[in-house]
Amino acid sequence: MSALISVDNLRKNYGAVTALCGISFDVEVSELTAIIGPSGCGKSTLLRCLNGLELFDGGSVRIGEITLDRNNGLSPRDFNARLRQLREEAGMVFQSFNLFPHLTALENATLAPMVVKKIDRKAAEPKARELLKKVGLGDRMDYYPSQLSGGQQQRAAIARALAMEPKVMLYDEPTSALDPSLVGEVLSIMRKLDDEGMTQIVVTHEMRFAREVADKILVLSDGELIESDSPDVIFTSPRDERTRNFLRSFL
Amino acid sequence: MKNLKATEPQSHRELSGRVKSFPFLALCLCGSVAFLLLHLFAFADAQEASPLRWGGDAEGGAPYLLPNPKNPREIIGFEIDLMNAIGKQLNRKSVFVQNQWDGLIPGLQRGNYDLAVNGIEITDDRKQQVNFSIPYYVCGEQLSVRVGENAINSLADLKGKIAGTLKASLAQRILEREGGMEIRSYENQNNAYDDLAIGRLDAVLMDWPIAVYYAKPNPKLKFTGPSIERMEYGIAVRKEDAELLKQVNDALLALVKSGELRRIYEKWGIWNAETDQLFAKFSSASQPGQVYEEFTQNITKKLTWRERLERYKSYLPPLLLIGAPMTLLISILGMAVAIVIGLMVALIYLYAPQPLSWLARAYVELFRGTPLLIQLYLIFYGLPNIGIRLSPLVAAVVGLGLNYAAYEAENYRAGIEAIPRGQMEAALSLGMTRAQSLRYVIVPQAMRLVIPPVTNDFIALFKDSSIVSVITMVELTKVYGQLASTYYDYIGVGVMTAAIYFLMGLPFVRLARWAEKRLATDQRVAVTAKKRWLGVGAKPAEG
Repeated sequence: MSALISVDNLRKNYGAVTALCGISFDVEVSELTAIIGPSGCGKSTLLRCLNGLELFDGGSVRIGEITLDRNNGLSPRDFNARLRQLREEAGMVFQSFNLFPHLTALENATLAPMVVKKIDRKAAEPKARELLKKVGLGDRMDYYPSQLSGGQQQRAAIARALAMEPKVMLYDEPTSALDPSLVGEVLSIMRKLDDEGMTQIVVTHEMRFAREVADKILVLSDGELIESDSPDVIFTSPRDERTRNFLRSFL
Repeated sequence: MKNLKATEPQSHRELSGRVKSFPFLALCLCGSVAFLLLHLFAFADAQEASPLRWGGDAEGGAPYLLPNPKNPREIIGFEIDLMNAIGKQLNRKSVFVQNQWDGLIPGLQRGNYDLAVNGIEITDDRKQQVNFSIPYYVCGEQLSVRVGENAINSLADLKGKIAGTLKASLAQRILEREGGMEIRSYENQNNAYDDLAIGRLDAVLMDWPIAVYYAKPNPKLKFTGPSIERMEYGIAVRKEDAELLKQVNDALLALVKSGELRRIYEKWGIWNAETDQLFAKFSSASQPGQVYEEFTQNITKKLTWRERLERYKSYLPPLLLIGAPMTLLISILGMAVAIVIGLMVALIYLYAPQPLSWLARAYVELFRGTPLLIQLYLIFYGLPNIGIRLSPLVAAVVGLGLNYAAYEAENYRAGIEAIPRGQMEAALSLGMTRAQSLRYVIVPQAMRLVIPPVTNDFIALFKDSSIVSVITMVELTKVYGQLASTYYDYIGVGVMTAAIYFLMGLPFVRLARWAEKRLATDQRVAVTAKKRWLGVGAKPAEG
């Protein structure tokens, strides 16, 4: 059976600087993939290419049935439509949450289903409530983001992304902006989703989490995928010198 | 020829801003419509089958056209009597249409009324644009000096002196031709005679009827020398209205013959030898007319406090019933137009492709960089040339709206650019289109940010609305001008008018504060998902 996600020879430049040079990997259904590596290695760029927030210069990304390919001859209009299809397949969680501050937690989680999927409020609300309960915000649904703690905001953002029923969840350093005492509550939601079989890709610096929960670890360095293996292998016997150096800094 | 006092308020402008959302707009629109209806209702009975519509400026003052001192909502003047008499001859009801004096001929040509009558001197220049009736009145210019001044008896004596007159008048041209003196031009006769009385001027030269009404009653001033030159007032008619011109001439002749016209001039105390000659009659000026007596008494007499209060009370109906509602209506509709167009321009500027965004930018620069006054003139007097004839109200709203839209667009742009990038990314990552992201995520947040600058703009527009008097709208400042020049009371009426502007603006300031608080996401106290204020919430899919 073919993988849920496949990234093939992905390349991205910022002017003369190469951000990603020919990255390829697959992600199977239900897997949790952790992407690690030193700051500036291109992890976030890679993740953002997966849902088209960054446009890449070469290669292709496929999620489920939807393939985004740089040179596919689509008109700008069709290309944008394709981008949106891809984004509907991939829920995104940001480092700085990016909740909509003018909407309550519940409205944050119902807006996209109503606007994008044209689901009516009566159907969207129960679903959003259920998801907010699931992330532990059953008693905070009518609060505005400014009234929530960082951990609560990030959990609300996860519920917002889940409301679109994506095939995969992408997390861009989801706990980096959080007070250390709040990190756990967000990671536990991701564990819970993993247990339920959600496919997830996480860019993270939480090595313990990556080691315990990930099915596969991708190590990036200078825009290059230098190693890709199970946590056991990466954390106990990495083959690449750069991986060893990087991990040593966490000890 | 007299000139008008049409001081244009400078268009001052502060920051900019933009307002709010749809319910607020709806509120404004409802309010405006209510005013409009009120207004239409108030004026509905003035319409009749084929009335004789004629334009003049009631701000010019006595004895031509002025608000009745006893009932300022009524316009009186010898020209009102003249036109009523002509109307009677033609079996048509005479209807006075207020129009800025400088704009009387343009207003005639664009069809706002069929005749222009307001001390308009028959000159060759004007004859190229319109036809004139036979003269209905003749007079010269009168030189006035302080009592006790005996050295000045003619124009020649003005060498090295300071002389005042009305701006752009025949008197001014006469003084310029004479030369050798310093000339000061005034917008208003009161100010000129005042300056003469206190010694800022050595002499004032003005149309004889104006001098009779404004200089003669002043105990500190006197006439000197005979009247100078001669000018004829005529009724202006569009070139193509030959039939109407003939009817008007016949009516005038009939009124001269019957002595009716003379009775009118005598009643107003302005019957003179020149007109007498013109009418080929023999008698000369008889007794001061009754209206003349009343008027001069009115402006010269010392008032008791009680009388003063009574007089101030009489200012209220015209200010509050005619001026204020019109000002409110124009301001609210103008702002609604500015907000809607401003938002569109900002969005095009920010998100549309090249040629369009360039146009949006050009719009902003053009409307922001040129005077509102000229924009209004172009819209009102210029557009008819290409077949677009807007009513004065519509032209005022469109003019103010388009001008302020440029400022509102900049407010919106600043507001939108202040929203963190992450908001757009989050919306896009959820699969929304760019337009949906703007509609549901970015713009609602930007709106709240720009409430203070938009409120600022609304208050500025509110005051700028006084400028629309140049396109014949009678709003608060115009009513102020009429009252002030009639009663010669710039301070009393001025303070009252300023207070009315201030009080009318207050509720809007409060409303904006309230909306700002209500929309402030960082202060909101817990609650109720049901209140999606101002509809910004998210109401997409249904319907």
